[in-house]
Amino acid sequence: MQVPSKYQGSSFTELLSTDHEHLVPDLSRLVPGDPRIRIPEGTTVLALKYSDGVVVAGDRLATEGHRVASRDVQKVYATDQYSVIAIAGAAGPAIEMARLMRIELEHYEKIEGEALELDGKANKLSQMIRANLPAAMQGLVVVPLFAGYDRRRKQGRLWKFDVTGGRYEETDFEATGSGGLYARESIKKAHKAGLAREDGLRIAVEALVDAADEDRATGGIDVLRGIFPIVSFCSSRGVERAADAEIEQVYRQILAARPGGVQG
Amino acid sequence: MSFPFYVSPEQVMTEKADYARKGIGRGRSSVTLEYAEGVLLMAENPSSLSKIGEIYDRIAFAGVGKFSEFDQLRKIGVRFADVKGYAYSRDDVRARALANAYSQAMGDVFTRELKPLEVEVIVAEVGDDSLAGHEKNTIYRVQFDGSISDHQGFCVIGGAAEELMNFLKDQFRTALPLREALQLGRTALQRAAEGQPRVGPENLEACVLERSRAGRKFHRLSADVLRELLGS
Repeated sequence: MQVPSKYQGSSFTELLSTDHEHLVPDLSRLVPGDPRIRIPEGTTVLALKYSDGVVVAGDRLATEGHRVASRDVQKVYATDQYSVIAIAGAAGPAIEMARLMRIELEHYEKIEGEALELDGKANKLSQMIRANLPAAMQGLVVVPLFAGYDRRRKQGRLWKFDVTGGRYEETDFEATGSGGLYARESIKKAHKAGLAREDGLRIAVEALVDAADEDRATGGIDVLRGIFPIVSFCSSRGVERAADAEIEQVYRQILAARPGGVQG
Repeated sequence: MSFPFYVSPEQVMTEKADYARKGIGRGRSSVTLEYAEGVLLMAENPSSLSKIGEIYDRIAFAGVGKFSEFDQLRKIGVRFADVKGYAYSRDDVRARALANAYSQAMGDVFTRELKPLEVEVIVAEVGDDSLAGHEKNTIYRVQFDGSISDHQGFCVIGGAAEELMNFLKDQFRTALPLREALQLGRTALQRAAEGQPRVGPENLEACVLERSRAGRKFHRLSADVLRELLGS
């Protein structure tokens, strides 16, 4: 233990880069476009507001080119009691960013004795994405969604980001990743203000079904293997994850409501 | 004409130790107790500056003495634990390693620096039923000179530590419900604060490491909860 450590602030990422440089993820030596290196990609994630807060959902597929890299990867992570990050893009750096984000928020809370405001959390994520810019230039793009319940304003909020760390707050919904466009179109048709929880869940699951239908890299709902999307609700009660059984039931209702049926 | 003067190492150490004890003795005490659901940490603290803090999922910290010094130690502990958990896994962060690190650091300051730290700290860890060999709670006490000891059931730090340890030796029972553990802790702190006004919920700081919680087991008991459990 270094006493005192050089770094005296309350940010974990800054602590790493000041006192534990060897632990900072460094992808600078990766050669862009090297065909021998294939990095798994996460595909579709989305977030939409409902009456109590925000619903955040993501499929489970990671792909390497045309191949399946993993069927049950996790793309939606609770970063603390009231916020969630959903990641799309290069899976390795994205999952690491989600993990770092969680530690960052917890570290700040422990050092300072109180949690960051939701705006502060979103801003911190901006900086982490900006710090990933060199890797993004090499093809390892990470573009997450961030959502949470703002306890000061008493409402759910959500943000999208670009590779430069640009932060854009969305008023109703957003989706990103390879199937993001299709998911967003699907949500657009059904979304309105003040949705009930079950409507929010249905719209989120339906959007993932629609995205999987059009985008081959998005994993649908795998009833055969029992792999379901992750759907999290952020509200004044904190972050709650929907049970697989509940998602399966919603999925079957969606199928039943479609006369021609849709791939499952 | 100047006198070259010699002071024996014994005398230097004794005087430093006296200085540190005096500083610690001026402050209030802090009590840590195992109870049915985990570990309870309490301190008499009328201010809004915390003496008890969260270090990691299953680990908590309590300090007495000079606030700036033990708060610095608390932050060092959080940094130590978070870096370790990031480099390895969350389950690899353990109280023993942290208590040892504190012991090293505080012992170092005691021998090298002119002024010793005027603090004592507790590192408490609640057991994890799913981790073989780690089911039991552990409580470590680290003193100003780096001496470290582990305790079962209860531990007191601060000016009245000796007296309160003796008191708790008679009064402590295992697996007390939270309400009774709180009352026992308050009675102990009350003895330390003799001659002062009653230790009520408003000048009590109490935190628990609750075994049954998922993830982060540290939890601060609010003034309302304390009022309800202590009945005034």
